[in-house]
Amino acid sequence: MTDSKTFSPLDLDTPEKPYLDANELVINMGPQHPATHGVLRVILRLDGEKVLGLECVIGYLHRGVEKIAENRTYTMFNPYVDRMDYVAAVSNGLGYCEAVEKLLNVEAPPRAQYIRVILTELNRIASHQLWLGTHALDIGAITPLFYTFRDREEILKIFEKYCGARLTTHAFRIGGLQYETYNGFEQDVKNFISFFKPKIDEYEELLTTNRIWLERTKGVGVISGKDCIALGVTGPVLRASGVKWDIRKAQPYANYKNFEFEIPTGASGDTYDRYMVRMIEMRQSVRILEQAVAGIPEGPIMAKVPKVMKPPVGEVYHSIEAPKGELGYFIVSDGSTQPYRVRVRPPSFVNLQALDLMCRGQLVADVIAVIGTLDIVLGEVDR
Amino acid sequence: MQELLNYISSYLSSDQTPGGAGNFLWALIYILLVFAGLSVAVIAMNWLERKILAHMQVRLGPMRVGPHGLLQPFADALKLLLKEDIMPDEADKLIFWVAPFIVTLAAFTVFVVVPFGPTHAITDMNIGILFMLGVSSLSVLGIVMAGWASNSHYPLIGALRSSAQMVSYEVAMGLAVVSAILMTSLNQQGTGTLSMIGIVEAQQAQGTWFVFKLFPLGLIAFFIFAVAMVAETNRAPFDLPEAESELTAGFHTEYSGFRWSLFFLAEYSAMIAVSSIAVTLWMGGWLRPFPNALSGSTWNLVFSLFPGITFLFLAGMCFYSTARMPKHPYFRIQTAGLAIFGALLALIALVLFIPAVRVRIQDIYWFCIKVAAFMYLYIWYRGTFPRYRFDQLMKVGWKILLPMGLGVLILTAFFGLWSTTHTNLWHP
Amino acid sequence: MVAKFKREYGSGIEPLTYVGQNYMVVDRSLIPEILQRLRDEEQFDYCVDLTAVHYPKREKQFDVVWVLYSFSRNERMRVKTQIADGESLSSSVSIWPTTNWLEREVFDMFGIKFDGHPDLKRILLPEGWKGYPLRKDYNILQQDSEWVQINLGIESGQ
Repeated sequence: MTDSKTFSPLDLDTPEKPYLDANELVINMGPQHPATHGVLRVILRLDGEKVLGLECVIGYLHRGVEKIAENRTYTMFNPYVDRMDYVAAVSNGLGYCEAVEKLLNVEAPPRAQYIRVILTELNRIASHQLWLGTHALDIGAITPLFYTFRDREEILKIFEKYCGARLTTHAFRIGGLQYETYNGFEQDVKNFISFFKPKIDEYEELLTTNRIWLERTKGVGVISGKDCIALGVTGPVLRASGVKWDIRKAQPYANYKNFEFEIPTGASGDTYDRYMVRMIEMRQSVRILEQAVAGIPEGPIMAKVPKVMKPPVGEVYHSIEAPKGELGYFIVSDGSTQPYRVRVRPPSFVNLQALDLMCRGQLVADVIAVIGTLDIVLGEVDR
Repeated sequence: MQELLNYISSYLSSDQTPGGAGNFLWALIYILLVFAGLSVAVIAMNWLERKILAHMQVRLGPMRVGPHGLLQPFADALKLLLKEDIMPDEADKLIFWVAPFIVTLAAFTVFVVVPFGPTHAITDMNIGILFMLGVSSLSVLGIVMAGWASNSHYPLIGALRSSAQMVSYEVAMGLAVVSAILMTSLNQQGTGTLSMIGIVEAQQAQGTWFVFKLFPLGLIAFFIFAVAMVAETNRAPFDLPEAESELTAGFHTEYSGFRWSLFFLAEYSAMIAVSSIAVTLWMGGWLRPFPNALSGSTWNLVFSLFPGITFLFLAGMCFYSTARMPKHPYFRIQTAGLAIFGALLALIALVLFIPAVRVRIQDIYWFCIKVAAFMYLYIWYRGTFPRYRFDQLMKVGWKILLPMGLGVLILTAFFGLWSTTHTNLWHP
Repeated sequence: MVAKFKREYGSGIEPLTYVGQNYMVVDRSLIPEILQRLRDEEQFDYCVDLTAVHYPKREKQFDVVWVLYSFSRNERMRVKTQIADGESLSSSVSIWPTTNWLEREVFDMFGIKFDGHPDLKRILLPEGWKGYPLRKDYNILQQDSEWVQINLGIESGQ
């Protein structure tokens, strides 16, 4: 278990002497900083360029999503979850819908399940692409960003054709789907698969064996599997540290148990491993997509759910493997049309806690690399 | 009156640089020409960098201001000049004010000794290369001043990084330069030169560019210089002092408007300056390809046609793009503009075909085309490489380039001595 | 496992199941011990989430919920306890470091204090904010207008 003293709060008061006379330098990174991926504020305590410690200040994007939930009906709250992790809105929707379905004790019909899986995996690829582009940009490689955005566009086009929205899709409904797929949906997905496969090789060609990339990522921001578990870090970060755990396999939801795919793991838990894990995950997502699009069954897309949803009194915790890690919903129902309490377990929020541990003793430039590799979305951290 | 005309025209027949001939008027004219040419080069570089980088990154780059964004650099310059000039309250006003000027001054002064041709230099100092290295290192002073005077954390870190980086790479750079200078002495007399013009003439006399001299020693020295010069100019992948993702903008974070544009100007002219050094020392300066092997009046004529052909080619590309412009009324002005630009290039090409002009211009042309190749490399690096971390940068500088430079220097001295005493071994 | 705990602690523990999910309601005084044992003996080495629910009409107003997961068992478990307003719980940061920010968030949103937490302060809301938004008596349109006026210089943040 991690030594708890590494998590002691930092003494981050500015030194009384002017900073140029002090040995230590306290600098404020963010909330307006090009590499903090939004409005994260990090207070760094430096010795030269070496990081002695840091403290995250978050909440600049707090919108009170959980409070809003208590004042909306189950259906009305559905679009709000898209706004948390806005680069993986479909995953958020999937988690919420499945949690409420569990509470209502209904299950989405098989056809809906398949389409859900397709959209979620597409979204996982889109999320990883966005991560790759911005992460590489942080490390100074500006070109991958444009490559990934070019290809992400194809995914967003499918979303747009399916439900009219590109980013905050609100693609799923409690009990299934609202929309039947459009004509040519399968073909579009198939086209994307064949289009995207060589593109991953293209990204890898730019980075995987690039000497500078290797130097910048190998051995940077190392976190052991043990520390990951102690800090509750999930998703690709946990897997890169060697823990083979993916909720899609461990506790399958939707119909992931019907698909064959592998869980990539890393060995050393450094930034390069996390990069490789996400790259392989994209390939595995393509694999799932291939199987799913080949096997979409016919049938209804909506289960029988009441118009006015009044789940019985009770509580449920349901979690899914979002692109960033374990995304959980803890919903308490008091039998009325509105949820009594919705708690979101955001992966980014919990993963961000590891930043301090991963950055100590590293250089300023590594802080940027580590923030990028954690793949946080501030909309989800702050909710 | 006659004397004045004599004074002006005497230089034309003197076959020397204006500085060498002691002709003040022509020196002034040359200074203005170099300054103007440099400004045009920076503007062109600005546009080219955006366009080339954009095309590497599957996008178009500037397309709105003028046809294919040709007027974008002017629009930017105008914007920067009109922008509010912000000076932080806590800044050290005088130093903050002076810093960009020092950087710009250092970057421009270097061009005093850059030889664009055997007579096309402002002056020819006998310590030309020393002067160049010395003055160009002054810019680090300006950068440190800028970072310090801003009185802010990020610029301070950027300035410290910059000074450490420039100082350490100057060592490796100096060693590479010394080994090139050593090569100038590999002649019958055994006398070398520090003069920029002398170095190029030595390459002509020895019948090879120094990059191929004592193969592979010249190539290694050139490689060391090529790496060090990227670091010297703070460009990717060594752009740590202004690493955007880490330090927002490094030493010029607090600068805006005109002052910021001075830094920008200085950065690009420094790039051109160090590329000029590289071209002069290793790539034969103004010499056209194969000046000795392919000599004779026919070859002279063929090579002297190149400048005109290049401009004709550019003009042709313009006309091709004009034909491909969208046929929409909105684009009428842009299409016309592009056609006019193409016509202008064609006109320049025609002027360059005039015998009197083409004989005088071809040295400048070959020099510029080599420098342009380096400029393209700069852009290419930026499009493909991630950024080094600071400790890795230092490692590359001190642990790889410096020992390499020392080794090359020693080996050059050794084999150089050998080759002059055993004349038939390398260069029969 | 649950049965063993039930045997040992008797009425302090009440194991329950709802839609196939196990949870146990534990008396507040037993919480530190139970959590420690769950991690050490039962391998619940991953604290997924920590949150609270407010029931203003109850005497013990708050439900505090730990969502736990065991990698070796591939099993989830929820631990629930009830505490009254003003009462505090002992911090579980020493058991699962991940609860550091989670406890801060519960404190931020509900005003539940955790004894022994290394740095218990607001996390999502700014320092000095009055009120705990996720309590049921906190209106959705309510805000600390004094704070907004002082810090943002505007009448209302909405």
